[in-house]
Amino acid sequence: MVTETMTTEQEGQRAPSAVIRVTRRVGQVRELGLLVVLLLIFVGVAVPEPRFVAVNNLRDILLSVAIIAIVVVGETLVVLTRNVDLSVSAIIGLVAFVSGDLFKQHPGISIAVVIAIGCAIGLGLGLLNGLLVSYGGVPAIVVTLGTLYIYRGLDYAIAGGKQINAFDVPDRFLNLASDTVLGIPLLIILAAVIAAIFALLLRYTRLGRQVYAIGSNPEAARLAGIQRNRLVLLTFVISGLLSGFAGILWAARFATVDANAATGLELLVVASVVVGGVSILGGSGTILGAMLGAILLATIQDALNILNISPFWLQAFYGAAILLAVMLDTLIMRRLQRSYLTRRL
Amino acid sequence: MRRAIRLISLWEALLVALLLGAVVLGSSLSPYFLNSNNLSNVLSDLSEKSLMILSMLLIIIVGEIDLSVASILGLSSVVLGDLWMHNAPLAVCIAAALAVGTLAGFINGLLVTALGLPSLVVTLGTLALYRGCAYIVLGQLAVSNFPDGFTTFGFGSIPGTLIPWPFVIFVVLAVIVILVLHGSWIGRQLYTIGNNQVAARFAGIRVARIKLILFTISGFISGLAGVIFTARFSSARADNALGFELDVITIVLLGGVSIFGGRGTLPGVIIALFVVGILRNAVALADFPTETQSIIVGGLLVLSVLGPNAIVRLQNWLTRKRVFATLITYVQRSRT
Amino acid sequence: MDVTHAPTHPLIELRDITKHFGGAQALREVHLTLYPHEVHALVGENGAGKSTLVKILAGVHTPDAGTMLVDSTPVVLHAPNQAQRLGISVIHQHPTLFPDLDVAENVFMGRHPLGPLGQVDWKRMYSSVDALLATLGVQFTARTPLRSLSVADQQLVEIAKALNVRARVLVMDEPTASLSSREVTELFSIVRRLREQNVAILFVSHRLEEIFELADRITIFRDGGFVFSAPTAELTPDAVIRYMVGREMATLFPKQATTLGAAVLSVKHLSRAGKFRDISFEVHQGEILGLAGLVGAGRTEVAQALFGIDRPDNGEIQLGGEPVQIDSPAKAMQLGLAYVPEDRLTQGLILEFPIRSNITSPIWQKISRWFGLLDFARERSIAQDFFQRLSIRAQGINQRTQSLSGGNQQKVVLAKWLTTKPKLLMLDEPTRGVDIGAKAEVHRIVSDLAAEGLAIILISSELPEVLGMADRILVMHEGRITAEFDRAAATQENVMTAATGQVTHGN
Repeated sequence: MVTETMTTEQEGQRAPSAVIRVTRRVGQVRELGLLVVLLLIFVGVAVPEPRFVAVNNLRDILLSVAIIAIVVVGETLVVLTRNVDLSVSAIIGLVAFVSGDLFKQHPGISIAVVIAIGCAIGLGLGLLNGLLVSYGGVPAIVVTLGTLYIYRGLDYAIAGGKQINAFDVPDRFLNLASDTVLGIPLLIILAAVIAAIFALLLRYTRLGRQVYAIGSNPEAARLAGIQRNRLVLLTFVISGLLSGFAGILWAARFATVDANAATGLELLVVASVVVGGVSILGGSGTILGAMLGAILLATIQDALNILNISPFWLQAFYGAAILLAVMLDTLIMRRLQRSYLTRRL
Repeated sequence: MRRAIRLISLWEALLVALLLGAVVLGSSLSPYFLNSNNLSNVLSDLSEKSLMILSMLLIIIVGEIDLSVASILGLSSVVLGDLWMHNAPLAVCIAAALAVGTLAGFINGLLVTALGLPSLVVTLGTLALYRGCAYIVLGQLAVSNFPDGFTTFGFGSIPGTLIPWPFVIFVVLAVIVILVLHGSWIGRQLYTIGNNQVAARFAGIRVARIKLILFTISGFISGLAGVIFTARFSSARADNALGFELDVITIVLLGGVSIFGGRGTLPGVIIALFVVGILRNAVALADFPTETQSIIVGGLLVLSVLGPNAIVRLQNWLTRKRVFATLITYVQRSRT
Repeated sequence: MDVTHAPTHPLIELRDITKHFGGAQALREVHLTLYPHEVHALVGENGAGKSTLVKILAGVHTPDAGTMLVDSTPVVLHAPNQAQRLGISVIHQHPTLFPDLDVAENVFMGRHPLGPLGQVDWKRMYSSVDALLATLGVQFTARTPLRSLSVADQQLVEIAKALNVRARVLVMDEPTASLSSREVTELFSIVRRLREQNVAILFVSHRLEEIFELADRITIFRDGGFVFSAPTAELTPDAVIRYMVGREMATLFPKQATTLGAAVLSVKHLSRAGKFRDISFEVHQGEILGLAGLVGAGRTEVAQALFGIDRPDNGEIQLGGEPVQIDSPAKAMQLGLAYVPEDRLTQGLILEFPIRSNITSPIWQKISRWFGLLDFARERSIAQDFFQRLSIRAQGINQRTQSLSGGNQQKVVLAKWLTTKPKLLMLDEPTRGVDIGAKAEVHRIVSDLAAEGLAIILISSELPEVLGMADRILVMHEGRITAEFDRAAATQENVMTAATGQVTHGN
């Protein structure tokens, strides 16, 4: 008798914390929600169109996400610090053209050199963004709106109406996008590895945690002795670098590249990040969430395609996704704060 | 008169120098630059932007921003074209285009004021949303069989002059804005909100309502710009005026308006309008592709926001030099 | 050999510390000594210089003159990190934490424990924070998101932060201001335990009952200067109040006697959750009603509710006998109310504007003609009129407000609200940070206004001001009215006693 009551009592105490632990282990509530929505879409579309869930189609969805996902990783870092990088699409386009052009102008150039040059360009452009934001004291959205057009203009100036075609670049380069390892496309592996590396860095380094801190409360971060400017600069550099790398993969995947490559992609990237639960006001969100956000948007894009809905719906859909995600975050935040207020009084 | 003089500051002096530089550049790049037909083209090319800077100026002065203006322009152009394609009377088409623009602006304002979301994020979302809606309505189609009277309004000039009709609308609206901003109680309230939102509220200013009205006006003006754009090119397309927000925001910030609100005048913005218009025209005459021009505009945008910081540093440095000290104090005294 | 319980050696010694902000002197040659194993209370009225001293200890401000000794070694602090490295932890009145992160990370930010690969060792961090929290006996765990904690719990997180770096000195600035009495009891038992661990605690407060319950030693500041310091056992609450308020009244301008008219404003059972409760009073024409109390007593909140800035939850407001709903400052202005806010720089003025536009700001719309165009001549004449009436000292009405002294800025704010010809004027700390000459002028103006029949509510934390100016004084303590005095019955001692919640007097 006595022992029984004791155990129930203990369990009664343990129960709520166990629930909390379970939800935390699976991930934040947001990530669960994204998975549920994904599942609903798969079921909802697969019933009328079973080919939606065919292995090939799922692979296509992931393939189309892969390059974007790499950019989303960098954007997530930037947004966590309460900033935004709109110039990513222009960096992708510029690097995609330049890397294709390198092969065209210098046949026989090593792929490693081209990758190095492409990454260096991305890094340099990201550095410029970061310097203007952190040390120039200019709001990130203004800086990167400006550099979005500057970098795209550079792209046009270099390309001058030319186009890179598949026969301009070596097959080994194109293979980057089509190779598979154990049946899994290399692109997907690359994206997954990069996402995993940065997810680990964010979670397991002091610097990673400080990224959250400066986004969450800049003033408290200052009192804790965190160097805000350097960290913001670093996130923009990483965003530029990853966009540059994505640009190389873009050239490898699509082979045909002109100065228009990846135009407007910045909206998809920002939408993925905020739909993935990264707060546009900084300080909260995870790489995993942002990845799920990117996958969700790509899945919907594919579903529209399969259901024969015009692709013209896509851009409106990205815009609505940004607005809905931000509204949802704000409402949840207010709800949380209100519940705390009523509890207190 | 004294007020007018006071409005001119160091920044505007720099702008005038920049404007002269642009003219010199233009005439050196092409012999046709100073041709009166070309100058009329400059005005004509600025038709929509000149209107859109007026509402953008007001919005930035209260400390907000509207990134969606170009998308609203595109959407209203498409609405006009789609209705015309379906044989609606032209007046109805125009009214609908204006109404859609106004509604789009109202939605922006509602999201900003009622939900308390940052306008940067809201209008980044609606930038995509409204442009997307334009694509939904018209896809890749272009509607172009508009009546002559309509298109003449777009690219024609006042008879006997080279002044394009849309520029007349700009002059009228600019006079209204300058009176409102620098001469009326409403203008005072706008600057108050931009300077100190709390003090504005404590002084009985209805901050949220004013912001809602400004976003709605911005939507209406963008809708009007959509009508003009459609008339000028005799073409309604979903990608009309893609990227115009860059020029509009650049012109306003280059004109000396603070991105943080509360500071800036219309005269400065008007000089900046011509700087951007002439630079674009000069570069186009020299056969640079359109997209390359955006390097210059994007560069001006970044510089115009960095500039004020740099000027403050320059002034501090100059005040330390004895020779310039008296000059600086003289300039400052003449300003206050 | 047991030195820990014979603390003769001071941990921190401040000697002749002086600090100016612009023209205002915040601290004047004050001294303070902190010993280990001691709770040291620092008390004083608002503006006594307590917060400035806290910020100097925190490394936020650097003193203009004087010496700070830590372990008998002189130090100069330029940044918060330096103070932390010396073992000084400061808990500010408003917690400086990261709402998006969990409790453990807030405790360890910037100093996360690292594992063998240099990775953040979450397991170790959670277990050590949980162990730390266990010693504090709190309701939450290391994994609780900070956003879901109450202010009281957030304060405990701040304490955990201090414990985690093994702070030797813990400075707490008004830590009980937003806590319930049960939470205060818990906090105190933690503070006592810290004392047993030889921590020196500087406890800044003006709640006397708490100080007498907790402190071993009390230091009293007044007007930025040191007044007295003694072990608690040698002091009584009355004595402390006398030291806090012992201020000259001679320099101040007393209110002229007026005959009171009809009731202008009548407030019945006004409440706003967490701010104030069951507030009822009346103000008459020609009357100055003083609202006394300590910071956070709810006086400003009452005024702001009357002005439509925050909405009350229940209660009734009557103006001239008519019940009214005031849902915005614009509405309040229409009804003839005016509110001169506490913080003139952030709430009362547009510093970029000239004096002229600031003065006329509430009536811009009224002095406009067709199409809303301002009548500049009329604006100038109105501004000029008030400029002279309030004898604002400046080059002229076109001078920018930014460059004025505090007193003259305050006169501009006063003028601004007088242009609306209000029936009821609410003044919130109208002479804070104003020099003594301008203060007397402000008092003269306010007195003249009452003589002209204006009803005035005067919120002030300076007792002599309330006592000199008010016809009647309401004292608030923790959101309630605890006492009401007529001009004749009010003394510094009985008002302060009611304000600190000691005893409820009244008549």
